[in-house]
Amino acid sequence: MNAQWSTVQLTVNGLRHTVQAPPMKRLLDVLREDLRLTGVKEGCGEGECGSCSVLMNGELVNSCLVPVLQAAGATIQTVEGLAPQGELSLLQKAFLECGGAQCGICTPGMLMAATQLLERTPNPTINEIREGLAGNLCRCTGFIRIFESVVAAAATKAAAVRKEESHAR
Amino acid sequence: MRANATTRVVGTPVPRKEGAEKLHGRARYVDDIEREGMWYGTTVRSTIPRGLIRSIAFDESFDWREFVVVTAKDIPGKNHIQLIIADQPCLADTQVNHCDEAIVLLAHPDKHKLRAAAAAVEIDYEPLPAVLSIEESELRDVIVWGENNVFKSFLLQKGNVDEVWDQAAHIVEGEYRTGAQEHLYIENNGVIAEYSHEEGVTVWGSLQCPFYVHRSLLAVFALREDKVRVIQTETGGAFGGKEDFPSILASHAALLALKSGHVVKMVFDRMEDLAATPKRHPSRIRHRTAVDEDGKLLAIEIDLGTDGGAYSTLSSTVLSRATLHACGPYVCPNVRIRSHAWATNTVPYGAFRGFGAPQSIFAVERHMDEIAARLGMDPVELRRRNFLREGDTTATEQLMREPVMMNDLMDRILEESSFYARKMRFAQENPTSAVKRGIGIAAFFHGAGFTGSGERYLNSLAGIDVTADGQVRVLVSSTEFGQGTNTILPQIAAEALLVEYADVGMAPADTRVVPNSGPTVASRTAMVVGRLVERASLQLVGMLRSEGLLAAEYSRDEFFAACERYRVLKGELVSLCRYEAPPNVFWDDQEYRGEAYPAFAWSIHVAQVAVDMTTYSTEVEEYWAIQEVGRVLNPVLAGGQIEGGVAQGVGYALYEKVLLENGHMANNQMTNYIMPTAADVPAIHVYFAEQPFAYGGYGAKGIGELPHDGPAPAILNAIRNATGLACNAIPLLPEDMLAKLSEVAAMQKDVIR
Repeated sequence: MNAQWSTVQLTVNGLRHTVQAPPMKRLLDVLREDLRLTGVKEGCGEGECGSCSVLMNGELVNSCLVPVLQAAGATIQTVEGLAPQGELSLLQKAFLECGGAQCGICTPGMLMAATQLLERTPNPTINEIREGLAGNLCRCTGFIRIFESVVAAAATKAAAVRKEESHAR
Repeated sequence: MRANATTRVVGTPVPRKEGAEKLHGRARYVDDIEREGMWYGTTVRSTIPRGLIRSIAFDESFDWREFVVVTAKDIPGKNHIQLIIADQPCLADTQVNHCDEAIVLLAHPDKHKLRAAAAAVEIDYEPLPAVLSIEESELRDVIVWGENNVFKSFLLQKGNVDEVWDQAAHIVEGEYRTGAQEHLYIENNGVIAEYSHEEGVTVWGSLQCPFYVHRSLLAVFALREDKVRVIQTETGGAFGGKEDFPSILASHAALLALKSGHVVKMVFDRMEDLAATPKRHPSRIRHRTAVDEDGKLLAIEIDLGTDGGAYSTLSSTVLSRATLHACGPYVCPNVRIRSHAWATNTVPYGAFRGFGAPQSIFAVERHMDEIAARLGMDPVELRRRNFLREGDTTATEQLMREPVMMNDLMDRILEESSFYARKMRFAQENPTSAVKRGIGIAAFFHGAGFTGSGERYLNSLAGIDVTADGQVRVLVSSTEFGQGTNTILPQIAAEALLVEYADVGMAPADTRVVPNSGPTVASRTAMVVGRLVERASLQLVGMLRSEGLLAAEYSRDEFFAACERYRVLKGELVSLCRYEAPPNVFWDDQEYRGEAYPAFAWSIHVAQVAVDMTTYSTEVEEYWAIQEVGRVLNPVLAGGQIEGGVAQGVGYALYEKVLLENGHMANNQMTNYIMPTAADVPAIHVYFAEQPFAYGGYGAKGIGELPHDGPAPAILNAIRNATGLACNAIPLLPEDMLAKLSEVAAMQKDVIR
């Protein structure tokens, strides 16, 4: 270990990790290289494409723009944390059924952006979806089926909530 | 096969085969693969467009220990990339012919040390004059390739145009230009290479065509076929951009692996990928068209030029497809097309979805609107009067043997888009609005499969096998990169074998495992390879029956029991089929006459735009696309192909500009090479009309490239409708529209004077 490296603790997908890395090492590289979470993708390295999107303390960030020191103590969620038990989440299932993923390289980042969108806006309008995903580029789908996936996931979630409420009564 | 023929699996929206792995983030792209003791490679590239290499020096103050350096001298075989003509070196040796051409390769165990090392390599050049545009190339003051700067030319003639000009009611001329376009797959190019004396060269990579890479490596390393192995890894988008370039990158990584004795990974960052890899050919297309009083096309003369870049790569075949699509989906008795692919000192242009057709279709479909304007005719009516019909012949005198549905497609798209109602409303609203709305149309066809005799030369082999653990595997070198190969081919096999979709998987795209089913290009997978998989599946059923193992009717369980018994009796259960051309197909490569394509897909697009006359920005507000692509194998995947192609076409028309400075891409970042985002794409309405093609997999024709042909002309025609401006060049950014307006204003001023 280099003397100038920092020791950084962070919680990723519910697990606590301590990593030693240069303080300016990108969170993206720490996730991919140190923690082997290769679901996080690099597309442009300058915060334009959103392939490296993760949730940091609940906020959507481009992990290629975050020095690891800035993530010290943070709680991070990556695509690997969306289905910890192995079964696809509602959102992931919707992407599968609606054709929201083609080549799949933007998909992990897109799922994180959609996750944050649905947490904040459980029943988004099409314009809210467009805005919520505007930082994540997809070159395959033309986005239309991604929008449909998010709508479908929101509807399934809403139906499940309604069912729960009616049971509670 | 009829559209409504009952199928259980084909035509249903089964989920993407590898979808769950992608959604979990578990799919392994090349950069996700780590190997013990792996080294990393980088490339030192030319900084000038053309010149002699005087010397290569290595900064003595830099610590070069542990670096491995490769130059052209280290190539054990031939220093060229094997494609159509072997003119492109693997590494520049004595001369560079474009910026960002590879000269020196470096490898080191720590990838973070590579950038500084590359900067410590000093290359001294003797600059030579460079040619940087079609116009400079055709002047031939400077010859940069061959004897005349021409990679390829075609002369296609039907009838005699020269006898027509005098009798024509109108002659309409126009010049149309299209820019370069970057694929912008989100996964950059990347490979991993390994070399050992026993195994030879093994390459894993993000690529479309494993056997193209295989063939190139054979030449570069002078190895026997069994000593080169190419394995496709999960590929994060390609669109043609990973057709030929991976052959270069694979050669580079393998040279470093050979010299270093280590596994070597080379993965580009975005800036390198944008600067150094192929893009869509820029074009300049001139039309001269004679029409009668009723708008019937009498003669079409086209002069078509493409910028091919510094080496021939795929320019000849791109030019061929451009030429064969240049007249659009129209019938005309007299045609003359002269086309040239010109050499320039830029990164070689290459394959990109549509492969020359988007350029040609942009020109002819913009031109049709200008003809209509000259005649004072509805552009829709002009098109209807000239559509190819069953029994007509194309410019190559290819007979339309099957019904052409263009008029039906037109009826439907006009209705779905409320075309005339919208047009009327915009005409009323525009005079009092700073935002001008318009609606435009583009009608087109796209030839599926290789051109002319291409499929015969490819002679593809594909099939299926059944493994010991009872899994049916599709055996093809056709690859998945988002478009759905992994899903539609198992659908076809499952349908033909009467088993479930889940019973069929894909064998790995590994040249040691699968036969050569040809490259994954030219919208050929569903139609050509799908048909081979269908035939191989039926053949396998026949094999089981001829051994008396399977009855005329059988269940899924009986099928797998029969497979098991066959394996016990005979060993392996493999069924392979080789390509057979549809009957009555004739193509003359010399005269460019006959059946240019086994089948055409047909389509009409309608675009609605809003042009802000304060900012000159154009928004595509709504979009309609109807197509006849034969049988639709999977409606979700097919819809996704159309929508994705439309979005790329919107970018081609309005956003995506490659800025070259002295032959180097100056805007090689996603920050300033702009593609449409989720906020930019219009609502896209997609409709299919199905007319199964007898010689395609379960009736499928090609679909992948088709949707990229329509958006640019539909959008610019809509802008014409909105503003009256005849913009004939793409991309059309706000500054380009401002320039066009200034040009028009200056012309009007001249007229007033």
